[in-house]
Amino acid sequence: MREIQEFTLDDLRHLVSPRAISGETMVLNMGPQHPSTHGVLRLIVELDGEIVVNVIPDIGYLHTGIEKNMEAKTYQKAEVMTDRIDYMYTMGNNLVYCLAVEKLTGLKSPPRADAIRVILAELSRLQSHLLWIGTSALDLAAMSVFLYAMREREQVLDIFELCSGQRMMTTYIRPGGLWRDVPAEFESAVRALVNIMPKRIDEYESLLTKNPLFLDRTRGIGKIDTKTCLKMGVTGPTLRATGMPFDYRKANPYCGFEQYDFEIPTQTSGDIYGRYLVRVAEMRQSVRIIEQALNKLPYGPVRDNNRKFVPPPRSEIGVSMEALIHHFKLWTEGFTPPVGSVYTAVESPRGEMGVFLESDGSPKPYRIHYRTPSVVLLQALPLMAKGHFVADLVGIIGSIDIVLGDTDR
Amino acid sequence: MNDFLSPAATALQKQFNAQVSEFRDEVTLTFAPDQVIPAATLLRDEFGFDILSAETAVDYYPQTSPRFHMVYIFYSTTTHQYINFRAALNGDNPVIATLESVYPNANWREREIWDLMGIKFEGHSDLRRIVLPPNWQGHPLRKDYPLGYEEVQHTFNFDDIDLRKPKGVRQP
Repeated sequence: MREIQEFTLDDLRHLVSPRAISGETMVLNMGPQHPSTHGVLRLIVELDGEIVVNVIPDIGYLHTGIEKNMEAKTYQKAEVMTDRIDYMYTMGNNLVYCLAVEKLTGLKSPPRADAIRVILAELSRLQSHLLWIGTSALDLAAMSVFLYAMREREQVLDIFELCSGQRMMTTYIRPGGLWRDVPAEFESAVRALVNIMPKRIDEYESLLTKNPLFLDRTRGIGKIDTKTCLKMGVTGPTLRATGMPFDYRKANPYCGFEQYDFEIPTQTSGDIYGRYLVRVAEMRQSVRIIEQALNKLPYGPVRDNNRKFVPPPRSEIGVSMEALIHHFKLWTEGFTPPVGSVYTAVESPRGEMGVFLESDGSPKPYRIHYRTPSVVLLQALPLMAKGHFVADLVGIIGSIDIVLGDTDR
Repeated sequence: MNDFLSPAATALQKQFNAQVSEFRDEVTLTFAPDQVIPAATLLRDEFGFDILSAETAVDYYPQTSPRFHMVYIFYSTTTHQYINFRAALNGDNPVIATLESVYPNANWREREIWDLMGIKFEGHSDLRRIVLPPNWQGHPLRKDYPLGYEEVQHTFNFDDIDLRKPKGVRQP
């Protein structure tokens, strides 16, 4: 009989201080089933009284072998697994996968599809930040923000349901464009959200930004500087809160992000409060981008016309033999991209989300690696948490906004 | 190859005898395994590639020498360019020096590669399994690791099923 073993203190000897071995400091287990770890994250915390000496994150409780599973599926089927990686940024997961496949195959998504992709990716960012503002404030005992944030998040999820039929696991963005065009009600639904959002963000801010209890628990806590961030590979709001205006949407624009007018919000403090301010400002910028994309939303096709890679529309299958053959070939055999490997990245709500995709010329991806931002953030967690109270550890985990599906894959 | 990348690529090619290849505007430099660390150090210090974006490995089973490719993807926040490194490793005892001293975030990346691909990193500070339990058998991302559809092993019938289970060899 083989039981799952756990790490013993002896295995972690090189990570804890000598005082932990002698029993002077206390080594405590936190999680994996703990409400403030935002999933199933286990932390082994070394404590000197109430002060954190070291944190050793132990991940893998949500490991589902997505990379291995994707190798056994055709490119179209493998995309369904991507939603499950970062389940708070599903549209972005689809997007980065499709960008990688498009780069590999040379497909080009039409302008209308690009604009809709931008709207959906930004809506995804918005809903991720909404859940984040709710839950991280909840961790710091501010209950009411959660209720308001979830109300708006529902509205975003309703828009996802409107286009894809699914609230979270959408698989709506496909290689070469979109699954299908958005329904007629899409524009008014997004417009309604865009109109109320700025006022609602003001509401969240009125609950938190100048709240003395919130300030006490966030200012000067969980500090990290730009140099350490870059050394640890940390990007996204955590890097921007240290004063570096770096955003992949500006640096390496994809889906026509260079056409939109938006700013990169930064703060210089590098603490929890700085990250909070950056994310709130990012929500406003996302609304701005969505509004611009909605105003210029061009008409036209939403899929590339290359039938060797993109299935023909349903209406053609009944009347065209060629279309029927293409449809049959694509859904039984799949398409075959050229041999080679590519890497693409997008800006997720947490940082750089990248896909390394290697093809051996068969209809199945030979190797897919997801470069996910949460794992990098979690690796930097001990650097932020050292020397703070154990109660602040909860706030720091909340502020870096990790998604455990993203860390474990 | 654009103007930002070509100085780095030519310098590394000259100094470390790397092979340069291009695919879809991405530049890949292939090194001998022992050249990766000095080349990465030069890349970081001289050419401003300050982020290790990704580090992963590819298994080319049943090919055995080389069987694995280590893949390193570096990014520069000043020129906004990516550059890829590759190093080929043999299948019998895949070992490469750790990149941790140059890019500290390679720590968890390499733990993940060790865990899922079974490549060892010399000089790594904390080479434990990261996502799988410490007593897990095999390295799942290897191509000869069975994908699934095997009988589910529970603790009470683990040994019975273990006797007739394919062991790290893909069935034809």
